[in-house]
Amino acid sequence: MTDTPDLSVELGFLRLKNPILAASGTFGCGLEFTPFIDLNELGGFVVKGLYFEPRSGNPPPRLVETAAGLINAIGLQGIGVKHFTETILPQLKDLQTAVLVNICGESEEEYVRVADYLNGHEGIAAYELNISCPNVREGGRCPAQNAESTYSLVRRVKQMSARPILTKLTPNVTDITLIARSAEEAGSDAVCLVNTFLAMAIDIHTRRPKLANIYGGLSGPAIKPIALRMVHQTAAVLSIPVIGMGGIMSAADVVEFLLAGASAVQVGTANFIQPDILPQIVEDLRRFLVKNNIKQITDLVGGIKSP
Amino acid sequence: MLLDTKAEIVGRESWGDYFLLTIRSPSIAEKAVPGQFIMIRTASGPYPLLRRPFSIHDRKKDTIDIYFQIAGEGTALLAAKKQGDECDIIGPLGNGFLLDTLAEGRTVAAVGGGRGIAPLFFLGNELQKLGFPLTVYYGGLTSGDLPLEKKFRDKGIPVHCSTDDGSTGFHGLVTDLFLSFLPSSRPDHLFVCGPDPMMKALSRICLEERISAQFSLESIMGCGFGACWGCVHKIKTQGEAEWTKICQEGPVFFTEDIIWNND
Ligand SMILES: Cc1cc2nc3c(=O)[nH]c(=O)nc-3n(C[C@H](O)[C@H](O)[C@H](O)COP(=O)(O)OP(=O)(O)OC[C@H]3O[C@@H](n4cnc5c(N)ncnc54)[C@H](O)[C@@H]3O)c2cc1C
Ligand SMILES: Cc1cc2nc3c(=O)[nH]c(=O)nc-3n(C[C@H](O)[C@H](O)[C@H](O)COP(=O)(O)O)c2cc1C
Ligand code: FES
Repeated sequence: MTDTPDLSVELGFLRLKNPILAASGTFGCGLEFTPFIDLNELGGFVVKGLYFEPRSGNPPPRLVETAAGLINAIGLQGIGVKHFTETILPQLKDLQTAVLVNICGESEEEYVRVADYLNGHEGIAAYELNISCPNVREGGRCPAQNAESTYSLVRRVKQMSARPILTKLTPNVTDITLIARSAEEAGSDAVCLVNTFLAMAIDIHTRRPKLANIYGGLSGPAIKPIALRMVHQTAAVLSIPVIGMGGIMSAADVVEFLLAGASAVQVGTANFIQPDILPQIVEDLRRFLVKNNIKQITDLVGGIKSP
Repeated sequence: MLLDTKAEIVGRESWGDYFLLTIRSPSIAEKAVPGQFIMIRTASGPYPLLRRPFSIHDRKKDTIDIYFQIAGEGTALLAAKKQGDECDIIGPLGNGFLLDTLAEGRTVAAVGGGRGIAPLFFLGNELQKLGFPLTVYYGGLTSGDLPLEKKFRDKGIPVHCSTDDGSTGFHGLVTDLFLSFLPSSRPDHLFVCGPDPMMKALSRICLEERISAQFSLESIMGCGFGACWGCVHKIKTQGEAEWTKICQEGPVFFTEDIIWNND
């Protein structure tokens, strides 16, 4: 092997050493994974969603497994932004990888408050706006289900943010490209998709929903083909980078998302099953490039051919 | 906490729908303490997707045992594994039973319901080494749910059994069996593992009788190492009741900290 392929990706506002990021809510604050992997081998990771105040989340059962999928209704239990910056962030400072923070809010004001607070702290590469969590609002509603509220929220945060903004979209909409466009028009630096699909499961013996919250978000291999289609549709109409995710379990899955037009990807549920999967995917990607004589990973982006 | 993707199954026993697997994993065995658990991947493909949690039932120099009952797809796949197969495990996870606080001369007992007996064998062995002989109350629906009775006896750990149908031992719930012994042999400290209704009832008894007790809780787990926030139970921490991750802060908690009505 003479040339080692170039795995790095330039998103315009952020350079990643490779296109593999860990998805928010599935990677804790990163530190949970240090017994298994070297975080510096990742392109980056997105820490769990943060509201301004600590949040207690939903009652259990919060998880139910379905065919090749996981439905979760955690309800964004979290430590709040102050505790995060005081106790967690200092431990992430020396990492040679991009640390992104997933920002949540019950109102536009709360998103702004969280971003404003984080603006005053070092060690964060970008903000990912979680405008798409389906658990919290009644009936799973959220700002990302509406083009106008997406525009308004992204614009407000973008105007005061000291850092690049990635907008994380929900797939629970009739046309995801409309929402993606409003995020772009509002100044978002990239979009991330997809968040989980609103779903449910019923116990046939007790006739009760299997989740205390009734509905939750479906993730895992079961959603990959739909997520891939949405990434393909979105990448076709945007000029900002698209970060793809949904059910990625292998380097082959990553290559599919890149070919569909994603500039980078996030891996979620797979981290629970195989906590060392991220560096393994990076290594397998490298092998794939060598084997196929591809010099740089960016050559794959949008490389899908006509049928 | 270690990931061992190639731990070999070196022993297997079965009794009806109960199974015992001996798994070779020297590094996990070395670190394990009673009350801790491991997460096992039951399939190589995406169904079942998540790992499944199992208490460490016994530990030898290079091996750990798990003891389980078939409950669904994952446990059925695990039951089908043979000696020589490899399995993919993470462990040891969670905090075990707290044993350092036991004062000399204290009497200890344990109550196990069905598969909940699993961690109590490892516990009994360790307590024996520490000089605290354990008495075990072991309950099931019927005699077939109590395959480990002899194993405890052979180790010199006294066992009192109960079955709901009266097919063996005391006829009734294990909680009633425990209550019947209370006047004559009241333990200073109790360890409990079993189905929620049993643990809830015992929790009430322990609080009323002022018996200090540790309970090993169960929950559906997404990861087992603190990353998903899926496994919570309401636990009092510094006076405040909060949804607490069982995998990381537990699975063992003291009675007075556990809030049973999840609301
Ligand atoms: C810390 C811990 C230690 C455990 N130790 C043991 C052990 O030593 N021996 C043993 O036999 N079992 C143990 N369990 C329970 C065991 O993990 C479950 O029985 C197993 O995950 C079921 O998997 P399955 O795929 O066979 O069933 P599934 O099809 O996943 O589930 C079957 C039924 O069991 C319920 N269930 C699933 N997972 C759990 C769970 N974790 N707790 C309670 N109910 C559940 C489901 O809601 C469903 O109704 C433990 C659980 C925990 C959390
Ligand atoms: C348990 C769990 C918690 C999650 N929490 C968050 C969160 O806090 N913020 C967020 O934007 N997405 C959250 N997600 C969604 C994931 O980041 C990801 O978008 C989704 O799971 C799809 O990817 P996957 O199939 O690879 O898991 C969560 C997913 C799971 C399974
Ligand atoms: S099982 Fe994932 S946090 Fe406890």
